[in-house]
Amino acid sequence: MYVAVKGGEQAIDAAHQWLAERRRGPKETGELSVSQIRSQMRLAVDRVMTEGSLYDPELAALALKQASGDVVEAVFLVRAYRNTLPRFLYTCPLDTRTMTIQRRISAAYKDVPGGQVLGPTYDYTHRLLDFTLMANGDAPQGPEPATEPLEACPRVLEMLNREGLIEGPDGQTEQSPGNQDPEPGDITRDPLSYPADRSVRLQALARGDEGFLLALGYSTQRGYGRNHPFAGEIRYGQAAVEIAPEELGFPVVIGDIEITECDMINQFGGNQTEAPRFTRGYGLGFGQSERKVMAMALVDRALRARELGEELSTPAQDEEFVLSHCDNLDSSGFVSHLKLPHYVDFQSELVLLRQLRREFQQRSEQRSPSSGQVSSESKQESEA
Amino acid sequence: MSTQLANSIDAGGYNFAYLDEQTKRMIRRGLLKAVAIPGYQVPFGGREMPLPYGWGTGGMQVTATVIGQDDTLKVIDQGADDTTNAVSIRRFFARTAGVKTTELTTEASVIQTRHRIPETPLQAGQILVYQVPIPDPLRFIEPREVETRTMHALQEYGVMHVKLYEDIARHGHIATTYAYPVKVNDHYVMDPSPIPKFDNPKMDDSPALQLFGAGREKRIYAVPPFTRVRSLDFEDHPFEIQRWDESCEFCGATESFLDEVITNDQGGRIYVCSDTDYCRQRQHTTPKKQEAYP
Repeated sequence: MYVAVKGGEQAIDAAHQWLAERRRGPKETGELSVSQIRSQMRLAVDRVMTEGSLYDPELAALALKQASGDVVEAVFLVRAYRNTLPRFLYTCPLDTRTMTIQRRISAAYKDVPGGQVLGPTYDYTHRLLDFTLMANGDAPQGPEPATEPLEACPRVLEMLNREGLIEGPDGQTEQSPGNQDPEPGDITRDPLSYPADRSVRLQALARGDEGFLLALGYSTQRGYGRNHPFAGEIRYGQAAVEIAPEELGFPVVIGDIEITECDMINQFGGNQTEAPRFTRGYGLGFGQSERKVMAMALVDRALRARELGEELSTPAQDEEFVLSHCDNLDSSGFVSHLKLPHYVDFQSELVLLRQLRREFQQRSEQRSPSSGQVSSESKQESEA
Repeated sequence: MSTQLANSIDAGGYNFAYLDEQTKRMIRRGLLKAVAIPGYQVPFGGREMPLPYGWGTGGMQVTATVIGQDDTLKVIDQGADDTTNAVSIRRFFARTAGVKTTELTTEASVIQTRHRIPETPLQAGQILVYQVPIPDPLRFIEPREVETRTMHALQEYGVMHVKLYEDIARHGHIATTYAYPVKVNDHYVMDPSPIPKFDNPKMDDSPALQLFGAGREKRIYAVPPFTRVRSLDFEDHPFEIQRWDESCEFCGATESFLDEVITNDQGGRIYVCSDTDYCRQRQHTTPKKQEAYP
């Protein structure tokens, strides 16, 4: 009986074996291949890459397979793997102006140079279960690719910036001199410290849990730190990744990655010395991750409240609250650790609680020596 | 501590003890700072480990950093060597570092622990590595890091005493039974990790090096050997440790921390040592208790 309290090595081994069997499922059904997951569960793969902060669709698909589709568990697998990789250098900043667009929309203008490109989106689907998918019906062929090349798609916010109607991407005014890019922080090497600069905040948000950021972003829309957002531009497509090795002296392209980017246009500020202008929030994620990058942009803007001189009163504006709790590895790890044994701490609490109840009992007996029945009942309880 | 640099060996494609050497160097720098400023929480670039945060990743990073090939490792959770998480962490190091492991407190050069300090007194040369969930003892009074760092720097610990006083006013006792705050080297108030306050006196003037790792919170702190560690209290409410009227069912110990084990649904229960190695040693050297097992 006592042995059952302690876990054994055998129990752990057996649990792992059972888990492996359950992961595979009944042998009569075919096994999912990593390439199937990669190509047919692509949005799950994209989320694992974004929150795992590792661009590798194949490994993300493998992680999803190994994790039985549990996204947070898959993110964990990818992060633990990523942590062991050597780090050679930083890439040049991505130039998303020149990315190959698959989808690009602006909710601020009816038409913009380059046009509105709907692309592959669930947005206007009717959410009716498609039973032909269950019956192994063939998916329809996609539309023929357009013959004329896509026009260049300049950024919507840059057009506003040209008029001085919106701040620059770094939050500065358009005339800000020098405009040099400071070295970005890296929370995977240095622990977060507060106040955090914007590059660090954006990194934490990019790795942050989609659900958590979505809820926070939503809360700003409902009035908890409202900042009047417009989806200035959302774009999804392939961007070239460049590195500039010192010995070469010029950048070289090492490959393309799929990204989604969101520029939010937010309410304007202004004071005695500065003309009013729109402010902005920014979101970026791997693959097609629109919900994530929109939530990220809302929260990014909310976190800029202090710098913009707004009143700080809501959770989404609270840097320590948001950044300390947005990582789903942190949160799921610490919540799940409650499953670990706490016998010792619990025993300590029991000892104290029994003592306190005994003393309470004695005190109430002294106060009312006649109420014998009540006290004997509670005495039983205290010793149960 | 084995001072030799651990040579990289192949452990299934990973470096010795999993972490790469650059990371270990970064953590060692943090440890040196922690030892130099006893009780001070040193921020470090904590890494993702292949175990979940909250399951001992801080302790594992410290252990991975200080352990060498000649070390002998013991891992306990709740005082026991055979609880699931202790088994899992011990296996991790057996697999990635190939070091010798033991269940004997006296035989271990590095002991990683969760929630207990072994009953057997530690010796000079031994390292005790604690797993820490929330490193800042002020966190539950002031949730903001920006604030608590300042409070520590200024030794502004009045709020902690107020909290303990409020306990006494409400319950007649200080109602903290584990993770009971201590003052280290007469300066920093430190969280001893969620060990029962029963274990607090063992930290004081210990000949062993005590290292604390909080992985999720990315903090390291330390108590060097022979350092004064005092549990916070009041003159008229001195610090006390837990006592049991019962003794251990297996070895008869009355001076060790006892776990309560429920044996049936009729209120039956027995008490056993939480420290399994201590209990086993006593069973070898002292006769068993006479009463029959209920």
